[in-house]
Parts: sequence; C-alpha cells; structure tokens
Amino acid sequence: MSLMLEPSPEQIKAEEIYKQMGVTDEEFAMVEKILGRLPNYTETGLFSVMWSEHCSYKNSKPVLKKFPTTGPQVLQGPGEGAGIVDIGDGQAVAFKIESHNHPSAIEPYQGAATGVGGIIRDVFSMGARPIAILNSLRFGELDNERTKYLFKEVVAGIAGYGNCIGIPTVGGEIAFDSSYAGNPLVNAMCVGLINHEDIKKGQAHGVGNTVMYVGAKTGRDGIHGATFASEELTENSDEKRPAVQVGDPFMEKLLLEACLELIQSDALVGIQDMGAAGLASSSAEMASKAGSGIEMNLDLVPQRETGMTAYEMMLSESQERMLIVVKKGREQEIKDLFHKYDLEAVAIGVVTDDKMLRLLHKGEVVANVPADALAEDAPVYHKPSSEPQYFREFQTMENTIPAVENYGEILADLLKQPTISSKEWVYDQYDYMVRTNTVVAPGSDAAVVRIRGTKKALAMTTDCNARYLYLDPETGGKIAVAEAARNIICSGGEPLAITDNLNFGNPEKPEIFWQIEKAADGISEACLALNAPVIGGNVSLYNETNGTAIYPTPVIGMVGLIKDTDHITTQAFKNAGDLIYLLGETKNEFGGSELQKMMEGSIFGKAPELDLEKEKAYQAMVLEAIRAGVVESAHDLAEGGLAVAAAESLFGSKGLGAALKVEGTPAAALFSETQSRFLLSVKPENKAQFEQLVSAQLIGEVTNTAELTISQEENILINEQVDSLEAAWRGAIPCLLK
Amino acid sequence: MKFAVIVFPGSNCDVDMFHAIKDELGEEVEYVWHDAESLEGFDGILLPGGFSYGDYLRTGAIARFSNVMKEVVKAAEAGKPVLGVCNGFQILLEAGLLPGAMRRNDSLKFICRPVELKVANNQSMFSSMYEKEEVINIPIAHGEGNYYCDEETLAQLQKNNQIIFTYNGENPNGSLENIAGITNEKGNVLGMMPHPERAVDELLGGADGLKIFQSIVKQWREANVVNA
Repeated sequence: MSLMLEPSPEQIKAEEIYKQMGVTDEEFAMVEKILGRLPNYTETGLFSVMWSEHCSYKNSKPVLKKFPTTGPQVLQGPGEGAGIVDIGDGQAVAFKIESHNHPSAIEPYQGAATGVGGIIRDVFSMGARPIAILNSLRFGELDNERTKYLFKEVVAGIAGYGNCIGIPTVGGEIAFDSSYAGNPLVNAMCVGLINHEDIKKGQAHGVGNTVMYVGAKTGRDGIHGATFASEELTENSDEKRPAVQVGDPFMEKLLLEACLELIQSDALVGIQDMGAAGLASSSAEMASKAGSGIEMNLDLVPQRETGMTAYEMMLSESQERMLIVVKKGREQEIKDLFHKYDLEAVAIGVVTDDKMLRLLHKGEVVANVPADALAEDAPVYHKPSSEPQYFREFQTMENTIPAVENYGEILADLLKQPTISSKEWVYDQYDYMVRTNTVVAPGSDAAVVRIRGTKKALAMTTDCNARYLYLDPETGGKIAVAEAARNIICSGGEPLAITDNLNFGNPEKPEIFWQIEKAADGISEACLALNAPVIGGNVSLYNETNGTAIYPTPVIGMVGLIKDTDHITTQAFKNAGDLIYLLGETKNEFGGSELQKMMEGSIFGKAPELDLEKEKAYQAMVLEAIRAGVVESAHDLAEGGLAVAAAESLFGSKGLGAALKVEGTPAAALFSETQSRFLLSVKPENKAQFEQLVSAQLIGEVTNTAELTISQEENILINEQVDSLEAAWRGAIPCLLK
Repeated sequence: MKFAVIVFPGSNCDVDMFHAIKDELGEEVEYVWHDAESLEGFDGILLPGGFSYGDYLRTGAIARFSNVMKEVVKAAEAGKPVLGVCNGFQILLEAGLLPGAMRRNDSLKFICRPVELKVANNQSMFSSMYEKEEVINIPIAHGEGNYYCDEETLAQLQKNNQIIFTYNGENPNGSLENIAGITNEKGNVLGMMPHPERAVDELLGGADGLKIFQSIVKQWREANVVNA
C-alpha cells in the first residue's frame, strides 16, 4: 500500500515526480529557492497540497480581492474557519459554505456526507454552536440512471450525516441541467450561533505551548484530496476514489460537544479543523497566522493503520479531527475533557519561535519548511481573460417572446420541471426540525430558525440561477445576490452578509477566467448596494468533464436577521378575501428562463436586467410593510415568473384559490423572469396602510374556490384546479426517479 | 415533578426534550449522562431521540448496555413513568422493557414530516389528557420506525390496551397495525416513534404533543401530592 521506498530529492527533480502531485516546473523551482535545497518527498507533498488551488486560491486570489468584506456588522471576515457577523445582545452568527463537488462525482454518498461534516467543523472550530445546515446542489437532467444514482446518493449522504449529528438541514436549492451531468455540484453551508466572548481563532500563539491532536485517528483516506479537487474530472477519475474520505457523524457529534465544552476553557489558545490537506494545512496555517512555528513528532499522531509514512500522515484527509493549541501544563485537563466523550487528545508538538513547520518521524527530521511559505507564499497567478464568442452573440439578440398557446398547460408543464417542482422528496429525508427552533421549514423562500430565549430569528437561504450567469456572468452574479436578499426580505429579515461558493470550470481557459472575473464584479456590486459583505467562502474550479465546463455557478449563501418573530412571513396565501399585489414592472425577458429552456431545449439571448437601485428600494418597502404587520404573505418572482409564483403561494393552503388580472403580452405577464418583483397578499383592512408603504399594483384576491384564475381584461388565460397543479408539482421528481 | 433526560453518546433530541419540559411544561428537569450510577430523586425518566452510538450494530443495541440503563430498569420496575421517543423507543425495545422490534421504514428512507396520530387509548398515564380517538399532529423523524412483533405479542398488546398511538391515514413506515406508540403491560413505560417534544410550541407549527407530558404530571400529582 504505502510507498516504502520514497524517491530521493534528486529523483523527484530528475524524474519530475512533483508533476504527478500537480506542482509545475516553475513552482518546483520556487520551492527549491525558498528552501535553498531540494525538497524531500514529504516536503514536496506539503507544498503540492498547500499550493493547490483548493488551499491557496492561487488562481482566484486576484478575483477574491474584489469582494467587499467589511461593514460595521462584520466581526470576522474571510480567512478563518467561518466568517462572523454581529446580531446584537452580545450574540453573533458564524457561517460558511463549502463545496465537495469532485468527491461527490465519484463517491456521491461519502462525498456529500463529508462535505457536510467539513463545513460543520469549520463553524464549531470558531467556537460557534452549529444551528442549521443548508445546501446547494446541481445535477444533470434526471433522464439517465447515472444522474438518478448521483442525486439519490448525494441526498442520502447529506441526510445520513446531518440527521445523525443532530443539526437540522433547513433549506437549500437544487437545479438540474445537462452541464452538470458529469460534474455535479454539492455545496454545503453551516450556520452557527456564538457569544462574542467565545470567538476562537486558528492561531498557534505562545512559544512553548502544546499542540494537541483531537478526534478520530489518521488513516490513509483522502490523501491528496485537495490536489484532486484542483484538476478536471476525466474518464479516469474513478481511479481517484481513494482520495475520497469516509465520514463518521457519530464521531463528529462527540467531537462537536467536546470542542464546545473546550471553548469555555481558558487553557485553549487556538483551534482549527483538519479539513482539506489535513494536518499539513492546519499546522502550517495556525503557525503562519500567529507568526510562530510548530514542531510535531509524527510518531505520536494517533494512527488507524500501521506503517504510515510522514507523507501519508500529513496529507491524509481523514475526517473528524481537530488541531488545538493549549497552554503548557494544562494538557491533562484537556485530555480529561475529551475522555468524557470517549475521545483521544494527544500532545504531538510544541509552538516554536522560528516560524518553521518542523516534522519529526522515527527520530529524524522529515520536513523543515517555513510555515509562511506553505500557508501564505503560494504563487498568485493572473490568468489571461477573454470575452467568449458566445457572449457577444447572445448580446446582439433581441428579447423574443416564446409562442405560447395554452397557458394553463404551459403552467402545469413548468411546475413539472425538476428545477421548479417540489423538492419534498429531498427534504423529507432531512431532519429539519431537530433542536426545535425551525419556524419556517424547507419549501418557502428562506428557512427561518428562531434564537431560543430571544425574540430574534435568523433567515437563511442559498441561491444561484446559473443560466443567467452563463448568458451574462456579471448580471447573473448581481441577480444571485439580489435574489438571495429577496428571499431573506420575504421572510421578514434584513440581510446581514453572504458567503459564496465560486463553482467554475478550468481557470486556465481565458473564457472561463473571464466568467469568474465578471461574476465577481456583479456579486461585489450587488453586495455593496444591498449592504451584504462577503465574510467567507470557497472556490471550486476545474469543474469540467472531458473538457466541457459547468455553467458558472457562484452560489450565494445569505443569512439575515429577523428582529422579532412576529415579523416571520411565508410565501403561502393565508385567507380568502386577502388582496394580492404585484410589486415591480414586468418586461419581455426570457433569456435563460425556465420557459425558454422548456420550449427551445436550450438557453440563449440576454439575461434579465437588474437595476440595483430599484431592487434596493423595493426590498426596503417590502421589509417595512412586513415589519408594520400588514403583509400576510410574501414571495419573490423567480423561475417561471408570476404564474408559477402564484401557484406556489397556493400549494398546501388547503382550499384556497386566487383570481388575478394581468396586463400586457400574456406570455410575458405570466412567465417572464424580470427581476425585482414580489407577490404580496394583504388583509382588506390593511389596504390603506399597505398602499402607503408599498407602491405595488393590486392584481387580484385570494379566493376560496381552490382554483387559480388569471385573466386579461375579458380573456381567461389560466383557469386551473389548484389540486391538479399541486399534484403535477409535487409528483414530478418522484415520477422522474421511478 | 422532576424529570431526567438521559444523554447517551449520540443523543441529539436531548436539548429538545429538556426545553419542552422546562419552558413549555414548566417542570423541573436535568440532563443525566449515560454513565450515571443513580436516578434517585427523579420522578420521571425520558429517553430522547438521536443516534446513540451512531446506531452502530442496531439502533439502541449498544446504548442499552450503558451504566444508567440498570437504573432505568429499576425505575420502570418501581412504577415510575419512563418515556422513550424515537431512538429512546428503540433503546427500550433492545432493553426488553417493551416487546417487539424495529425494522427499517418500508420506503428504506429516513422520513421527517408532521404526521397524524390517533389516540387509541386515552386511559394510560401518558394519554389521559386526550380524548379517545382524538386525532393529533406530531412530527416523525426516523429511518427505522417500522414496528414489528409476533402475533401472540400483538394479541397481548391489543388485549391489554397497550397500543396508545396509531398512525391515522397513511402509515409512514409500514409498522404493524399502524402502531406508533406502545406501553409495557403495567402501563408505565411508553415508547413512541413520533416526537411529542417537537410539538409543544405553536410558533413551530403546533402543540399537540404537550398533553403527553401534562398527562404524566397529572397522574404523578394525583398519586404523590397530598391535597392541602
């Protein structure tokens, strides 16, 4: 199994063995220069994982610099396990999103499960109690057995991990498109709650302090996982299956409870998850961030297998492990604390002042490299960027309106599209209620989790319409943030900040790098306008299969604060007789729309426009009206436009219907995906007050007929039974999986 | 009345149970770690849901060997109310405090959703606050809730009115006779798959579960508190 005889430094150079680890000739020369000698096998491994895109962001750093990351609410920006924002009363929210795309492509259950496990550790390593999990998933079309298998197993993996560890999976989004067929996306987000004084960092301060290893033992799983995540998938990727880790949520539950108890101990100096690149990244980063060094004796590392080499131990991505630094002399109380949870805590090293990461194994120094060189000094590449031909062509196209004849039939067909249809089949498998704080369960615009003991609640969502981003990455990037914010607003919350997961193709291709740059521009502009800075995130590049990239998919995870649980609002219509309003203008915008995809089989043209000033003004109006208590339901218009939004607001309402009147071209009025629009319902007695606060158009009312009727002047465009629409919507995914 | 919430490694509904008792029922409650030597001073024992020992081997199969389980058995024998919910129910089955066994849901999937239950017996110490045949809404969240027992045991359960709750309408997991919750012969040990502790607050969608806890308290007060 293991390489008993490792190649010598000379061999590594002469035979270019570093290339198998993803290190380029130039990078190898840099390593040689930094060390003033040739690196040995273990050291080459350390540089290869730490300088991979996954760990170093060497290709995306110039883009990430564009993001606004500050604001009065930000207590911790990007760079630690998770970002943290203030929510008042000495409390704060920690959250982050992370991808596990490549592992999930070849081993979907474990890939997804360990994605959840990893992001949970990022949050509790900050000292925060994880209170909710969300996700964002992309698959190919559900028309083949492989995709169905990936979809079922990813959902089972997320459920298996989250349910067992007892953190509710409260929300997320799923879309299906052929561009993800070979390369599904599995992004997991975790939200945690923390008191300001408990915030911990992954820093190894205090010369002489003890470095301890806690949690599961180290095995040979996941070696070079970070490197694998930084290359394209090919037909041979199945051979990388050993680079996928295996999760144990029971172990993580114990580790979680033990670490949260540890946070309260003044013996703790620093704590960091052993995530991507395991022991290598946690030790190098903790030393580098503190300006210190670390010396570790690898003989002391708890090992699950015999005969592990230093290289294997440092690069293993075995799950459910943490590296902590504790005050010298306090080791025993830490051991006792972990022992209560049947966990091991082992002293494996000390903090030094020489800024080196030094590793001993079997009496020899097996690595001695500057910690900063690993953690901070990875090369930064400014990749060439060029505007793709397809984009120029799309921009020259006029907006056209698809020729629709039977509007009712089209609505039913839209509701059956897997991207729009009910995701009940999925969230039925997630324990979304455990910890008994989930006020709004999956299925509404945003999930809402109350903060026990206060009147406050948190709204949270993940969003990204990648079709718009493909047509126009800058506008699409703006829309992704704006739509996330709309979801938060519709739930009665005010956006606090975002975390982003930049899923793109191979950045070495100029057209892909152009997508990344433009999307980042759009996201940044919207974050500034909507006062939602980026407090952390993740980059996943090389999402390609045999040379074809996914749609650009920068997933936005947003958390908002609901000041009073009385403000919590859902999308469902509440009472017959309530007035229905549409806020926002409707244009003929079908580029990237669900209708275009369904009718034409492809997407083309311009993405919908987005005016951030207007967006901001409308969001402010809606939130004010919700806080004034005059809004019964709020729903943002997204895929499928007004008709789909109206239908969704009726599902589950048992006997309610709606009668609406629209203006303009019928197809556009019903199905256009023009942005910055809201569907709101209001009790008749609140009409005057609502109209004072919100300048929206009254388009109809909620009825008790269990029918959805949409007409234009005297023409009835749609007249459908809610039951039959709901059956189509609810049954679509189970039917496709049969 | 003072309740103990037993915490096994991997329990994850312990917090929910604790807050249901403290915040909504308004009674005394403490967490008790799985290696505790005694349950003295507690009037009611609650075994919460979760994945004790990761559900390894079989659900509840390892937890039943925990130190504290000897004390739980003693409490049951002494006639104290013992309620096991979800994984707690599975542990009670493994410990032999309740008859029968659990199989995986017939869909082979974990299911989390609110379901309707029918109160099949409102004469027990856990259900006296409900009407007979009352239909209530309580969430389930489990992968193995497909209750099974042999015919003889079933006849026994029926004869002694040990079936307290059944699924109303659609049976979500395939359990025998739509069984959702049963007691022991003496009637002081209840195991149920649905989570009453998740249905105690209108803000979270309903409070139909509260009466189970109120029934326990009522019975205890009648038996133990001398009227002033």
